[in-house]
Amino acid sequence: MKQLLILSGKGGTGKTTIASAFIKLSNAKVYADCDVDAPNLHLIIGQGSEPKKTDYYGLPKSEINPELCIECDQCRQNCRFDAISVKRTYKVDSFACESCGVCEYVCPVDAISLKPAIAGELMLYTNEERVFSTAQLKMGSGTSGMLVTEVKKQMKLADPDTELAIIDGSPGIGCPFIASLSGVDMVLIVAEPSISGISDMERIIKTAAKFGTKIAICINKFDTNYANTEKIELFCKNKGLTFVGKIPFDSDAVKAINNGQTIVDINCASGLAVREAYNKAMELLFKDDNGSR
Amino acid sequence: MKIAVLSGKGGTGKTLVSVNLAAVAQKSTYIDCDVEEPNGHLFFKPIDVQEEEVSVKIPQVDNERCNGCRKCVDFCKFNALAYIKDKLIIFEEICHSCGGCIMLCPEKALTEKEKGIGKMQRGISDEVTVYTGILDTGEASGISIIKKLLVNNKSKGDEQTFIDCPPGSACIVMESIKDADYCVLVAEPTLFGVHNLNMVYELVKLFNKPFGVVLNKCVDGENPAEKFCLEKNIKILKRLPFDNELGMLNSNAEIAARKTKKYYAIFSSLLETVKREVQYETTTNS
Repeated sequence: MKQLLILSGKGGTGKTTIASAFIKLSNAKVYADCDVDAPNLHLIIGQGSEPKKTDYYGLPKSEINPELCIECDQCRQNCRFDAISVKRTYKVDSFACESCGVCEYVCPVDAISLKPAIAGELMLYTNEERVFSTAQLKMGSGTSGMLVTEVKKQMKLADPDTELAIIDGSPGIGCPFIASLSGVDMVLIVAEPSISGISDMERIIKTAAKFGTKIAICINKFDTNYANTEKIELFCKNKGLTFVGKIPFDSDAVKAINNGQTIVDINCASGLAVREAYNKAMELLFKDDNGSR
Repeated sequence: MKIAVLSGKGGTGKTLVSVNLAAVAQKSTYIDCDVEEPNGHLFFKPIDVQEEEVSVKIPQVDNERCNGCRKCVDFCKFNALAYIKDKLIIFEEICHSCGGCIMLCPEKALTEKEKGIGKMQRGISDEVTVYTGILDTGEASGISIIKKLLVNNKSKGDEQTFIDCPPGSACIVMESIKDADYCVLVAEPTLFGVHNLNMVYELVKLFNKPFGVVLNKCVDGENPAEKFCLEKNIKILKRLPFDNELGMLNSNAEIAARKTKKYYAIFSSLLETVKREVQYETTTNS
């Protein structure tokens, strides 16, 4: 299975719009949305079926039994995450608790234990030989990197023999991003021609390079700032990064998305441009490392 | 007065709104908590920048003392320790710095050392004090940087502070809004926009924070985000139009309110609305 991960550093650059177009164009049988904080892919690649839902248990959270607690304050003093507070009784703030178990360890009367906690929901759509793996993290949960790993695991297990999997990545450069990056064959970075976009892109390239992953770059909404678009192209050239295309700003794209369609479902400028980027990206993905296809 | 600006997802205009609000507020503090992709400093271009390393405490092992009992390995919930081939190995990137392993090592073979994970910068841009947190690439979590950024600004109760939050609604965002007096949610007029707005909406409700919405990039025609606000009876603070001039200023990292009178007026009126809302909240809740 070749895995193509679509990333952007910053949100809102059109990652999901491009991922959905790629899924349509490649007729991919397997795909996933790793943006478990704010998944959007299901909104346009709806499967028309109910997903199989599984509760996702993150790390267990601490709980204090007030009947056993002798208010020795050991747990509060040793918690590095300020998760234990005292009002009338000793209490654990489950949002701040990092599940490390120190409080349980230091409690002299065994009043504290770690209890299983649901941190999100995994969803698997299977329909006409297609597999779509996605998830939603519960509000304020901190274990998104682990959930991303589960999304990818669920995707691979459901159809291990398919040729191509397309993954809509997680934003940022932190743990969910690192989790989405692990094990993929290539990343396509969607950049935006803004000063902020360039800064984010450089940070993400730095991180991806640490993992030694193949990198391709395309620019979305390139015509909103030609000078910055040129800067990005030059940057790719200087760094020897493969540049696969430029997609124009297109108000038809917004309409397509709001109708739950991909941009290659309708006849529009951005759709045409994304086809070209797709062909180049696929060529690079399936090219052997020695250069022959 | 602490105003947090959040959006559920990146690219909706969080930085645009928070930077311009801070700029029109004049004497104010701007804190960029999006430590994974900080962008505010690109707009403010602060001067007199002072930098401070941010580090976390992680364990280090004295292999002479370690007798291989594996108590630390069994204890660590994050699998940050492993005992392989008669040697204790520490995976620094996944350590959460809880300190548990050090506490329970019977041989006192583990001690703590500081490990840098990023930095915090403070600079000045006109009358705005600009704080930026920057997570080193390859590090998993910037929460300790955010904590540091916010702790530094805890005492200044009367000054106007604008917090540019990280995207999403996970733990890192919650850390950023904990002490905010008011939350400004920025939303895009798309199907994605509504979905993401709904998530931060749930978050601010969970934390019982007063809030209002800024609709960004409004174009003629249907606006699913506006519909959502009307249905849920959510206060719409401002509708910012999609326009090329603003788009261009913003993509060149210019502060629109400092560039033209038109945008100065727009963001001043937004600030007034927000201040009124905060006042209203404090009087009705006291």
